[in-house]
Amino acid sequence: MADVSNLDAFVEFERVQKSYDGENLVVKDLNLSMPKGEFLTMLGPSGSGKTTCLMMLAGFETATHGDIRLGGTSINNIPPHKRGIGMVFQNYALFPHMTIAENLSFPLEVRKMGKTDREVKVMRALDMVEMGAFGGRRPSQLSGGQQQRIALARALVFEPELVLMDEPLGALDKQLREKMQFEITHLAHRLGITVVYVTHDQTEALTMSDRVAVFEDGRIQQLDPPDKLYEEPQNSFVAQFIGENNTLEGVVKEIKGGTALVQLDNGDLIDAKPVNVSKAGERTRVSIRPERVEFNKDRMPEGAHTLKAEVMEFIYMGDIFRTRLRVAGKDDFFVKTRNAPDQERLVPGQEIEIGWLADDCRALDA
Amino acid sequence: MSDTTQSGPVLAADGTPLKRSLSRALRRQKIRALMLIAPLLLFVLVTFILPIGDMLFRSVENQIVSETLPRTVVALKSWDATSGETPDEAVYAALAIDLKMAAEAKLHTRVGSRLNYEKPGISSLFRKAGRQVKKWDVENDGPYKARFLDLHKGWGDPDVWSTIQTYSPKFTNGYFLNSADMKKGADGPEWRPEDEQIYWLLLKRTMFMSMAITLSCIALAYPVAWILANLPARTSNMLMILVLLPFWTSLLVRTSAWKVMLQQQGVINDTLVWLGLVGDDARLAMINNQFGTIVTMTHILLPFMILPMYSVMKTIQPTYLRAAKSLGATNWTAFWRVYFPQSVPGIGAGSILVFILSIGYYITPELVGGTKGVFISNRIAYHISTSLNWGLAAALGAILLALVLILYWAYDKIVGIDNVKLG
Repeated sequence: MADVSNLDAFVEFERVQKSYDGENLVVKDLNLSMPKGEFLTMLGPSGSGKTTCLMMLAGFETATHGDIRLGGTSINNIPPHKRGIGMVFQNYALFPHMTIAENLSFPLEVRKMGKTDREVKVMRALDMVEMGAFGGRRPSQLSGGQQQRIALARALVFEPELVLMDEPLGALDKQLREKMQFEITHLAHRLGITVVYVTHDQTEALTMSDRVAVFEDGRIQQLDPPDKLYEEPQNSFVAQFIGENNTLEGVVKEIKGGTALVQLDNGDLIDAKPVNVSKAGERTRVSIRPERVEFNKDRMPEGAHTLKAEVMEFIYMGDIFRTRLRVAGKDDFFVKTRNAPDQERLVPGQEIEIGWLADDCRALDA
Repeated sequence: MSDTTQSGPVLAADGTPLKRSLSRALRRQKIRALMLIAPLLLFVLVTFILPIGDMLFRSVENQIVSETLPRTVVALKSWDATSGETPDEAVYAALAIDLKMAAEAKLHTRVGSRLNYEKPGISSLFRKAGRQVKKWDVENDGPYKARFLDLHKGWGDPDVWSTIQTYSPKFTNGYFLNSADMKKGADGPEWRPEDEQIYWLLLKRTMFMSMAITLSCIALAYPVAWILANLPARTSNMLMILVLLPFWTSLLVRTSAWKVMLQQQGVINDTLVWLGLVGDDARLAMINNQFGTIVTMTHILLPFMILPMYSVMKTIQPTYLRAAKSLGATNWTAFWRVYFPQSVPGIGAGSILVFILSIGYYITPELVGGTKGVFISNRIAYHISTSLNWGLAAALGAILLALVLILYWAYDKIVGIDNVKLG
């Protein structure tokens, strides 16, 4: 985050703070820099400040402190309608008293574009979202998914370089949501537009984005591509928030050769990769993904510390098996295994030994 | 599912047609629902539908002449009113019998006052004649023409007889013609002399002033409703009380308060004089005229405009404005192209309410309207309580009712009544 003012940055937040009541900061010291053409997602629980950031970028909220730059120029004092940023709203905000074509034509009309040009552009935008036949309808006559496409087309029809999306898929059902996720990403990449996307759905963030900014408590906790975010969370919050995660608590015994030896609270010893711990004696929270836990002795890495576990519950989920274990005195430890022909199905009550690669197990802040 | 493939009516499990079995199942619910609304239905019927029906009937009803003077009416049928001569002896004889019976039943003054609406002076003619005729022996006291002319020379006036003849049918359009500043002449409807015309003027004035009141209500209520709808709930509830407080205050108190404000020695004039904007000898006349009526009624009817506007604006999400701005619209364009069209149903509902209420308003124009600011409803009230010409009052009321219905229909055609939201 030191490269805030690098040259190819298109969207920049520099030391941005926001407070609504003058007592609490909703956004604390936000620094962010996006190159052109990037699809960046702001992910976080509600109240983490992600929507406020989006609204500051759109111009509907003013930053209490700091600088927001678009294409190198500060936009703090530019009103929303002059920023030229396309925006897709959570409830679509299609104007109910206008037809679909009129909705799309609106941004072109306020830009004083001629009638023929408008019609061409509206038609092109409708075709882009495969809604060419719906120009004469009213928003209320469309389904949620169709309204979503129109909202997208309307945000793109005046060819903005930056498009903001505020939880645009929140109101759709799961299947439609997944379909739209692909469509939006493909469209964004094809048109080469820069997108800032806000969501609280981590799957959406992982599948769509070039980079994800995880928000919590008004700060960006981690800003990384999805794979890095999932596999190398920088702190316990990110580890917990992104994907499923098993946590064990303990104290660092020693750090040697890039591996930390952690003594769990019940006395057991495990190996972990030190991330947020630097010296022996620190308390730590160890995080391990359920699919990286191994209980087959043949595949266990040599010389690794193992833990005793008791199978509490076996959950059949079709493509995978989830097994709940009692490990180190806690019974909320999950293991995920693929439903393969040779996969062992564990039985409740069974006693097993579990282990993992030290690299997969990350010793984070307590 | 298999039922739908069968031919003929769909049957329920026990073999009865499904439709009948469904209606039987729903009958209980329907009866219960009907019983729940029965008190209101009865109330509306007795206090609303029946009086309106009665009023509409009164506006054309004219049985009193033919019922009180049956023989005269028949005898008068063959008389030609355009001849300029009085009717013959047979008519006077019939009148003598009718009038004696009417006088004994004490009905002769009523028919007199009924005909007096059409031709002033007839009332006393009947009153005097009734008193005398009662003493006559109607079998043998003829000839009656001479005796009636002796009683009063008015009985020799062909106009009197023409009036009786014109108003002898059981139903009449006379009241409606009267409401339109016309009267029944010998050959069909004709305009009244210009100095007797009043209703057409009153109707035009009522329409114009109701329109002015509605427009000023829209202008004042729109920003207020907008603020109420966009403030946080706590503040807007506080302000809502300020809107409702006058609503809960007595109409008379509010009207009198405006009298205090607007009169020549009132608060506003005093202030203007004190500021030197108006000379002490040239105080503004703001009450007992149209201006006073419009100001006062705008104030009184304002809540009826604010409330429907507010409830419509409350449903317009702020994201619409944001969306418009993000699409490049200035504040004004966003408001005018996006917000305003969505608030039109509220304006429509408020306008209908205010216009219909003001077109029939009575108390306020009566108190602050003077002579130039009175409405047609004040004239109706005058006919109901002072001149006792209920038929004319009913005709004026019917015209007002028809006007409101026409406006409502026109509004439905132009804007669509579905677009009206009261809450």
